Amino acid sequence: MSVLILAEYDGQHIKQSTRQAVTAAAAWQQPIHLLLVGADVSALASQAAGIAGVARVIKVEAPHLAHLLAEDVAAALQQVAGEYQVIVAAHSTLGKGVLPRVAALLDVGMVSDVIEIQAPATYVRPIYAGNILATVQSSDAVQVVTVRATSFEAAADGANAEITSAAAPAAFGKVRWVSEQRNLSDRPELATANVVISGGRSLGEQFNALLEPVAHKLNAAIGATRACVDAGFAPNDLQVGQTGTVVAPELYIAVGISGAMQHLAGIKDSKVIVAINHDADAPIFKHADYGLVADLFKALPELNAALG
Amino acid sequence: MKIMVAVKHVVDYNIVPRVKQDGSDVEISGVKMGINPFDEIAVEEALRLKEKGIATEIVAVSIGAENSKDTLRHALAMGVDRAVLVQADGKLQPLGVAKLLKAVAGREQPDLILLGKQAIDDDAGQAGQMLAALLGVGQGLFASEIKVSGNEIEVNREVDGGTETVALQLPAIVTADLRLNEPRFIKLPNMMMAKKKPIDVIAATELGADFASHLSLLNVAEPAPRKPGVMVNSVAELVEKLRIEKVLA
Repeated sequence: MSVLILAEYDGQHIKQSTRQAVTAAAAWQQPIHLLLVGADVSALASQAAGIAGVARVIKVEAPHLAHLLAEDVAAALQQVAGEYQVIVAAHSTLGKGVLPRVAALLDVGMVSDVIEIQAPATYVRPIYAGNILATVQSSDAVQVVTVRATSFEAAADGANAEITSAAAPAAFGKVRWVSEQRNLSDRPELATANVVISGGRSLGEQFNALLEPVAHKLNAAIGATRACVDAGFAPNDLQVGQTGTVVAPELYIAVGISGAMQHLAGIKDSKVIVAINHDADAPIFKHADYGLVADLFKALPELNAALG
Repeated sequence: MKIMVAVKHVVDYNIVPRVKQDGSDVEISGVKMGINPFDEIAVEEALRLKEKGIATEIVAVSIGAENSKDTLRHALAMGVDRAVLVQADGKLQPLGVAKLLKAVAGREQPDLILLGKQAIDDDAGQAGQMLAALLGVGQGLFASEIKVSGNEIEVNREVDGGTETVALQLPAIVTADLRLNEPRFIKLPNMMMAKKKPIDVIAATELGADFASHLSLLNVAEPAPRKPGVMVNSVAELVEKLRIEKVLA
């Protein structure tokens, strides 16, 4: 009995969400192995081997894995899956692409976006955009699960796991990686940040100029509403909500956000929600722990100054 | 090129779902239902490919009970050529749906299968990927733009931290994200005409696919409500409160 986690990395760092998946996987009280797939993952493997709770890191390396395609990662995972009763990944774009594929290849069901694990096979997961929590039980011999990373603490360093290698399966071949457009930012990743400050459409062209200084001081990720993204004031990947990124930071600051249902669904697990809006009747205030009715264009510079 | 679009009949996105009194499931009787919004985007994209002369035929497929015909009629009113209902009562899960869709694809032989990236009821987001795996084809998930050229489809997809472009050999699966397009408004005459169009009905049991449940629902609950909030009068007071909460240094 052991648990296999699909590890994710960003450049030369194992992602926070993988550390959170390690904590989630501890629920099974079985040895935890990490699968690292890529063109050259040696340095990452040593990093992964240091994560407390990890017993083994399995590298799968091949030149065609330089850009991870779900089809290839699923094949690599399926190849080693036979030894495992549980397969876990973060509910990230990679995890969402790979795990359903693996589950279908193994002919088992899958449980998505789990926020609580009652091992061995019962889970709590949000449905209806988080308006309802469902408790489900799997009857499969192999559990395939993606976890909402922010629902679990990140595992710290503190292990010295063995590192092994497995051969890479042949390239899937029917999919070609073409290009990527990374939104370069030195801000923390939105989905896992401890502090998130989001802006609505009313910030307009000043979206970045107003939020960036405050975000910098708080070491916060910047988010945006769907309306703000659709109006072109913020890039797609900043969208917070049911249809964008679901966040659950310690502190969520909503600036000029009225509080559409789909936005609220994506922030409801935040520990403390602050709303700053000029409209005292904005629905967001009903969902905020602290509300301030104020002109954003004055309040944000004031907040920036107050943070010293 | 022939396109198959999978559409799911779900609780309308404007409805706040309620839990049944015994906590066994979500109350959906008497609740307004309609096409899953992401599936509607998938239908719209298929129609645009046809209007560009790239697609020649579009068939919409839904799997579910008799009332799924409403969602198929919506797709017909938007402009799809044909509609197929795979009739299955009771709850279906993504693996079963993928197997049934695979069986329908075996009959229809589409070059491209479009689905929404997830259904807004169970939020699983699995069916498209599972179908791609079962068919042994590529998957372009969370598409925000697609371009067909020859035997290839280029998919611009929304991923964590940006976008990515992949090129898939046809046949392939593409799942629609929010920004792929804005579905057209259905005109009343089209809605009336769609009511007269035939819907092919196939019993799920006829398709020879195993759509048994792998998951059982033990109970549902509403999340714990937040404690009532506090209004503050100034930025200074806000910062002070947040420091007391220890969420600000």
